Amino acid sequence: MTGPRVLIVGAGPAGSRAAAVLAAAGLRPVVVDEAPRSGGQVYRRPPRDCHRPAKDLYGFEAAKALDLHRAFDGLGEAVDYRPETLVWNVHDGEACTRHSDGTLERIPYDAALLATGAMDRIIPFPGWTTPGVYTLGAAQIAYKYQGCAIGSCVALLGTGPLLYLVAYQYATHGAEVAVVLDTARLSDGVRALPDLLWGGATFAKGLYYRSWLALHGIPLRNGVTPIGVDGEDRVRALRYRDSRGREHHLACDALAFGYSLRSETQLADLLGCAFEFDPLGYQWRPRADGDGRASIKSVYLAGDGAGISGADAADRRGELAALALLADHGQAVDTRRVARLRRELARLQRFRRGLETAFPFPRRLAEGLGDDVLLCRCESIKAGEFRAQAHGLGAAEVNRAKAFSRVGMGRCQGRVCHTAAAEVLAEQLGCEAAAVGRLRGQAPIKPLPIPGQGS
Amino acid sequence: MSRIETEVAIIGGGIAGCSAALHLARRNVPVMLFDKGFAGAGASGVNFGGVRRNGRHIEEMALATRSLADYWHKLEDWLGTDCEFTVTGQLKLARNADELALLDAYAEAAAPYDLGLEPLNRNALMERYDWVGEWAFAAWHCPSDGHANSRLVGPAFAKAARAAGADLREHESVVHAETLGDGFEIATKSGLAVRANRLLNCAGGWGAEIAALFGEQVPIVPLAPQMAVTEPCPYFLEPVLGMVGGELYVRQIPRGNIILGNGGGGEVDLASGRTKVRPADTLASLADAVKLVRPLANVNVIRTWTGIEGKTPDGYPIIGPSATTTGLFHAIGFSGHGFQLGPATGAVLAELALDDATPTDISAMSIKRFTAPAT
Repeated sequence: MTGPRVLIVGAGPAGSRAAAVLAAAGLRPVVVDEAPRSGGQVYRRPPRDCHRPAKDLYGFEAAKALDLHRAFDGLGEAVDYRPETLVWNVHDGEACTRHSDGTLERIPYDAALLATGAMDRIIPFPGWTTPGVYTLGAAQIAYKYQGCAIGSCVALLGTGPLLYLVAYQYATHGAEVAVVLDTARLSDGVRALPDLLWGGATFAKGLYYRSWLALHGIPLRNGVTPIGVDGEDRVRALRYRDSRGREHHLACDALAFGYSLRSETQLADLLGCAFEFDPLGYQWRPRADGDGRASIKSVYLAGDGAGISGADAADRRGELAALALLADHGQAVDTRRVARLRRELARLQRFRRGLETAFPFPRRLAEGLGDDVLLCRCESIKAGEFRAQAHGLGAAEVNRAKAFSRVGMGRCQGRVCHTAAAEVLAEQLGCEAAAVGRLRGQAPIKPLPIPGQGS
Repeated sequence: MSRIETEVAIIGGGIAGCSAALHLARRNVPVMLFDKGFAGAGASGVNFGGVRRNGRHIEEMALATRSLADYWHKLEDWLGTDCEFTVTGQLKLARNADELALLDAYAEAAAPYDLGLEPLNRNALMERYDWVGEWAFAAWHCPSDGHANSRLVGPAFAKAARAAGADLREHESVVHAETLGDGFEIATKSGLAVRANRLLNCAGGWGAEIAALFGEQVPIVPLAPQMAVTEPCPYFLEPVLGMVGGELYVRQIPRGNIILGNGGGGEVDLASGRTKVRPADTLASLADAVKLVRPLANVNVIRTWTGIEGKTPDGYPIIGPSATTTGLFHAIGFSGHGFQLGPATGAVLAELALDDATPTDISAMSIKRFTAPAT
């Protein structure tokens, strides 16, 4: 074997592209991915026996999605591909994996390229755990993978490009979209315009979704505040306040919500990477140089797992990180290609700034979270209990607050509740969310079943 | 550089240190405590949470008995919270006749301490507990033992100590300590210079470094017990489980999560204070867990962690006066089972610091067993 043994975690745009670059250099990377097929969340594929036109699944992005799928599938034996496999821990140059059939393995590596992607960023509201409430990402997975909608009369709430994309996908495929509620104000969008224009075609597509929805009579509301959902066993209605403070009561049987995305950073954390608070994305991310080198030697970061920047940027970041890895291992790389990728990323970064301005994270919703609202669903802790326990023993940062209150200790390890918990704690301490720190990752990064015969 | 004077200085804000600070402050003695991190966040806060006397070294038993009676059962009075302490009983399991012989011998040695020990053979075990796995050959049950939420106890003692007037400094590492005249000079990382008449060494895994400053070389080595916790399951496991050899211990909290602990092979870096769970050990523990508790198969583990402890060669702590330095007292080397002892240890340290005597028999835990010349 020549060259370093490379581990790639994630087979979305960043991981797939990185795999192709490394395979072309003759390295045969190991690609571990939780999904049954490559593509990541954004270009998620339906099950193998289910054939749906790419145009249906990915809309305007169909060509990009097909290109990425084909490129990865075409790698064949040039990569050691491990689908349906979770990296639950990394330690001492080995990735600890678990296949969905229960097989446990340890994969030694010399360099790791993490392309772990992102998940929905949420803020709880009264009734958010009622059956029928999904995240926007989950609503989209239902659509792309299961080929179904989350309900027959669906309300969509939150902020970010995904809000409008899901609305468009649902509405064009037969689901009734009752309303699209954006917490961002229209003025945020106006302010963002100069940066948004850098998005070119991507921006045009966003505008298209919005106008299509408006033209088809789907109500679009900006500057809203969710109040809560009604329904015991199932969502029956959504209550919200519009930008002028008037209350509305809207019948629906499902709701999808989310406030942009948050990076999946646990593996970078377990590897000991340094983190920084990204004021633009308003969240913590592992630190990396412009090409994706982490603070730890031989660790590379790419895609949304290293800071939210979208699929087009992920593709380029995957390629750049792979080229950085090759360069660090003494291989000659095409410097003009590197320069071009960096330029393209800079342009996409301008657009990202526009998106973050147009769809700002609505901190007010988390700060003002009612004491009765469930903050941590894994451990069943309400916001009021969290406030009382954190305050009672004087928690000055989130890990301390977690130890006292259990918020962030459950199955999700804070991946779901961390954002809101940090805001609640910061509000209580009178500081910025960045000042209360971030929850440290602990293995296993997702639940790990105890092996053995069932009883 | 700012200079501060106090009567008693404490290095280490674990349960023992914070309890000592509380007792001293309640006797209106000026006391300052220094911890390099948050109070109660070291071994005190990340341990298994067992509150047991069964299986303890006989040398510790007087202290453990005081801790149980005067503190664990009265936490509410001391701290205003019970820190989820519950008496559930403890079951110590033997896998074979040889191990059982060890348990039988222990029961005889511990007889003077009224643990209420009861032997259970395999049939009795199976009859009483339908979850026992293949490893359960026989056991001794101790009805007076239980468990508590270790994350809360240290911080609750710290809070009570502060409320009583103790001056607790968190994130304030002690970088040097020495005797000067009949007192001590202590320097911290941030530049504090502290003058104290008495010094309590409660520095846990770093306790040997402090002792060494006073010419006492104690053979304490770092130990990192590794813990794992499962998702919540319907409550079925009342007693805390231990086994001969101590490779695995298990408890369930009423809200459902099951906590698994193992002997202590986690990775430790004393300089940075960082610890890591070894994944191979996690998997080995999980494989063993099913042999102890059958229904654990297919239950999800959701988190693992470890922390730094100090282990003595004979496996029980050093508690008492320094052998070299008047006014210095140690409570270190708890060897992975200091949680139960912590509250009473603080009381004993306060008594030693102020009265030079304690009613609790701690004689066998003297540092002299390691530093005295062999005779």
